[in-house]
Amino acid sequence: MTVYAALGALEQGLVYGIMVVGVYLTFRILDFPDLTVDGSLPLGAAISAVAITGGLSPYLALFFAGCGGFAAGAVTALLNTKFKILHLLASILTMIALYSINIRIMGGPNIALIGSPTVFDPVVALGVPAHLAGLVVFAWSAGIVMAVLVWFLKTAFGQALMATGDNPQMITSQGVNTHVVIIVGVGLSNGLVALSGALVAQNQGAADVGMGIGTIIAGLASVIIGETVFGAHSIVRAVIAVVLGSVLYRFAIALALSLEIGGFSFSPSDLNLITALLVIGALIAPQLRQKMRFR
Amino acid sequence: MIELQGCMKDFNQGGVNEVRALDQLSLTIDDGDFVTVIGSNGAGKSTLLNAIAGGFSLDAGRIVINGRDVTRWPEYRRAALIARVFQDPLLGTCPSATIEQNMALAARRGQRRGLGPGVRIRDRQRFSEELARIGLGLEKRLQDRVGLLSGGQRQALTMVMATLVRPEVLLLDEHIAALDPKTARQILELTREIIADQGLTSLMITHNMRHALTLGNRLIMMHQGRIILDVGGEEKRRLGVEDLLEQFYLIQGEALANDSMLLA
Ligand SMILES: Nc1ncnc2c1ncn2[C@@H]1O[C@H](COP(=O)(O)OP(=O)(O)OP(=O)(O)O)[C@@H](O)[C@H]1O
Ligand SMILES: [Mg+2]
Repeated sequence: MTVYAALGALEQGLVYGIMVVGVYLTFRILDFPDLTVDGSLPLGAAISAVAITGGLSPYLALFFAGCGGFAAGAVTALLNTKFKILHLLASILTMIALYSINIRIMGGPNIALIGSPTVFDPVVALGVPAHLAGLVVFAWSAGIVMAVLVWFLKTAFGQALMATGDNPQMITSQGVNTHVVIIVGVGLSNGLVALSGALVAQNQGAADVGMGIGTIIAGLASVIIGETVFGAHSIVRAVIAVVLGSVLYRFAIALALSLEIGGFSFSPSDLNLITALLVIGALIAPQLRQKMRFR
Repeated sequence: MIELQGCMKDFNQGGVNEVRALDQLSLTIDDGDFVTVIGSNGAGKSTLLNAIAGGFSLDAGRIVINGRDVTRWPEYRRAALIARVFQDPLLGTCPSATIEQNMALAARRGQRRGLGPGVRIRDRQRFSEELARIGLGLEKRLQDRVGLLSGGQRQALTMVMATLVRPEVLLLDEHIAALDPKTARQILELTREIIADQGLTSLMITHNMRHALTLGNRLIMMHQGRIILDVGGEEKRRLGVEDLLEQFYLIQGEALANDSMLLA
């Protein structure tokens, strides 16, 4: 792997790490498997791109992207809580609807941002080399997201949110309306995913309706890798672990793509297969270990 | 005061396995009453407690707690007035949260939860005092995850949590049934103390006739969604296990007789 590829993997690991924190919030903390993310990542990208080309500041664009993601997550959660649609199905419905909505927002399947202002400009202006600007901004953003999430989960509301995923009957009999908690939680998660998508779009200079495909699988893979490698014994540890898991995941992908065995090498379109195998492996590894022990 | 008026609940309405779990049930419980509830399996005891707590909505009837008509209140809203302890020790606490986090969740029962810290320093002091009173050494383990505790320890913690905010009604559904005899005795003693100390209005379901007779100041027996025996005060004190069993079999015999009449 070249230094350039390694740098790229680190960059991607951090920016998608924000998405991974969102997936961790629903999948692990709320126990709410949420596929909305495949739609809310390009939603964030689309909103941010349209906002910037419309003349808004790139920071405001990030904010609106986050709000859009929150709304998308809230719709999924509403379908589940108020209308009793199974969470997986509810999230697939929102995801499918977002495909059309994203094309409407962009006025087409993609939108270019070349030459428009982005959140990377001020960093470059400070004298940071252009090829490192992404890394700096992403490291900052991921750090802030992690710190805010850890703080949030330790507040009274955050504790109620964790309890909702842990034991809904208990927290209901403590007077918490779990519907509200789930709506806020799934909303926040998708807000983070959209923020991640918005940053990616500003970095690569384009938003594309297809950029969200496989987001949930990449997110799950990162969460599982992070938890397995770094452990998840406390909130702080777990949040750091899943972001590091995201970095490891991108490295694994970069490594696989640079591999050459005889005449065979992987192509980027093999990514989904590799990721799926990775997740399957991580999911069945504990079972296999258990079986070995009982031999 | 808790008033239940003409409460009706059918499960699987219209289906082949329709059950009338509450049948025109009316009951008035005075402030400070400690009511023990007995009855055979499927008599409707849990359904009665669940109806008060708001786990489902009634088909008909009204529930008033201390002058507030709570019939249409959702479960989480009634929680401001009601504390519960379930038969399953796993149901009352969050396993992946610590003891102090669980207690902090319960210390806010029925209050708004904002963005202040979940566990406050001054809470810790109070939590360890409350835990020290039950003598299980839990006060030294505030930072331990509840998932690490035994069923009995979890149930004791749940009892303490139930009364961190004084409930207007305490509902206990066979809360010692899953524990070994020694732990069960401890938790029962703890229950008696807490209820007496705070003068709580309580309902306790039990299958143990002796407990039903020795605890509380009033006893009700349920059968097929109705209250078929309701004794209090002096009359309850004079009642023996044999009397209760006799009542029990009398009813069951009647039920059998009715069935055979139907079959004949
Ligand atoms: N959620 C439900 N759906 C369908 N039927 C139910 C439900 N809950 C209770 N029932 C039925 O209502 C009746 C009363 O049940 P309930 O649980 O109140 O009995 P119980 O007196 O608590 O019995 P036990 O001593 O076994 O706990 C039973 O016939 C039961 O099968
Ligand atoms: Mg029961």
